[in-house]
Amino acid sequence: MSEPRTSDISEADFQAYADGELPEARRSEVAAWLASHPEDAERIEAYRRIAEELRSGYQAVLHEPVPERLRRTVRRAGTRRAAMIAGWAILGAALGGIGGWQFHAMQPSVVMTSEAAGGLPRRAAVAHATYSPEVRHPVEVGADQEAHLVSWLSKRLGTQLRAPKLESVGYSLVGGRLLPGENGPVAHFMYQCSRGTRVTLYVRNDVASNRSTAFRYAREGNVDVYYWVDSKVGYAVSSGDISKDYLLNVANAAYQQLNPP
Amino acid sequence: MNEAQRLVDLIPRLRRYARALVGDRATADDLVQDTLERAWAKLHLYRRGTDLRAWLFTVMHNVHVNRVRASRPTDTLEDEMPELAQRAAQGDGLLVRDLDRGIALLPAEQRAVLLLVTLEEMSYEQVARSLGIPIGTVMSRLSRAREKLRALMQGQPVTAKLKVVK
Repeated sequence: MSEPRTSDISEADFQAYADGELPEARRSEVAAWLASHPEDAERIEAYRRIAEELRSGYQAVLHEPVPERLRRTVRRAGTRRAAMIAGWAILGAALGGIGGWQFHAMQPSVVMTSEAAGGLPRRAAVAHATYSPEVRHPVEVGADQEAHLVSWLSKRLGTQLRAPKLESVGYSLVGGRLLPGENGPVAHFMYQCSRGTRVTLYVRNDVASNRSTAFRYAREGNVDVYYWVDSKVGYAVSSGDISKDYLLNVANAAYQQLNPP
Repeated sequence: MNEAQRLVDLIPRLRRYARALVGDRATADDLVQDTLERAWAKLHLYRRGTDLRAWLFTVMHNVHVNRVRASRPTDTLEDEMPELAQRAAQGDGLLVRDLDRGIALLPAEQRAVLLLVTLEEMSYEQVARSLGIPIGTVMSRLSRAREKLRALMQGQPVTAKLKVVK
């Protein structure tokens, strides 16, 4: 058997040879070539070694216990979808009148759950994603008119609001705006650090459950959200571009000021 | 076996791939979580009887691309603020450091191909389907990824700048 010429064996053949993807006939041709070309043989050997080290290096991950939060994702995703559909049904039915009452009466716990846990971080994250990239119009009223901003938003929400000072964690107030919420107006404050990253504080005064909650975390798409409910007032601190840990500092600073012990 | 159970069974493989793809455990598990949520929401698009694993890797690929894209504006922030979805040059002490670092230095699209072929042991055709690229592209990316890693592991200089993650 004559030795194959260089031009006969392509780069793709070498790769496929290393991965055992060549048909038998071609395989032996490449093998014959490698037998007399140590440099190429060494290269293929290096490819195999890389693959082996990768497999052995990450082998352990396969045997790690799967975190409960991942297991739960599959189950919870199912129930959440059901809850969401139920939620929309309730909204539709409520708008529809009598039928709504019956349906509503049947499903109060779903409303409570999605309200307390799901609605706030989701809406805050959407508001954050909508306004934080704004270059020219990030806010309606700037921090230069902070007193006016706070009194205006307080009046519209019907509760005394405060814009927390976040300089201690590197953020200063850019300003704020009024947003439409689920059942009424929402106040949205924006903060920025010297590097230009933004954090927003979302405040609503219409949390239906009227039940205070602990400090909680949620991830909505690419946005991290820390939130809590103080009787009817829901607060959410969101960011899409600083670490979850750093955002926790920021949210904590806001929490301490808004809910002094 | 129902789809939910099959998804759960595939979690360890998704975690392994994600770990190699993005580096640290928490970011990798976040990627897996986003993938599972999206997969569950899009399960009606999965054709029963076809390869669920390949489909899941497609979903993960899309989720990953979106996450990287969304985090890109923060790239200029560098040191002070830690970043999301950035491949950190570390591997939980699992791997020979050079190889791990080398993988971190590969362009994302080459890294994905290399990992699917070596770690997941997918055929070129499965990789092509999972990533939505032609087989020829799979092979050229694979070849470039391997050559880069080989050069790196032989101690040749690597031109790409290594981002220092604190």
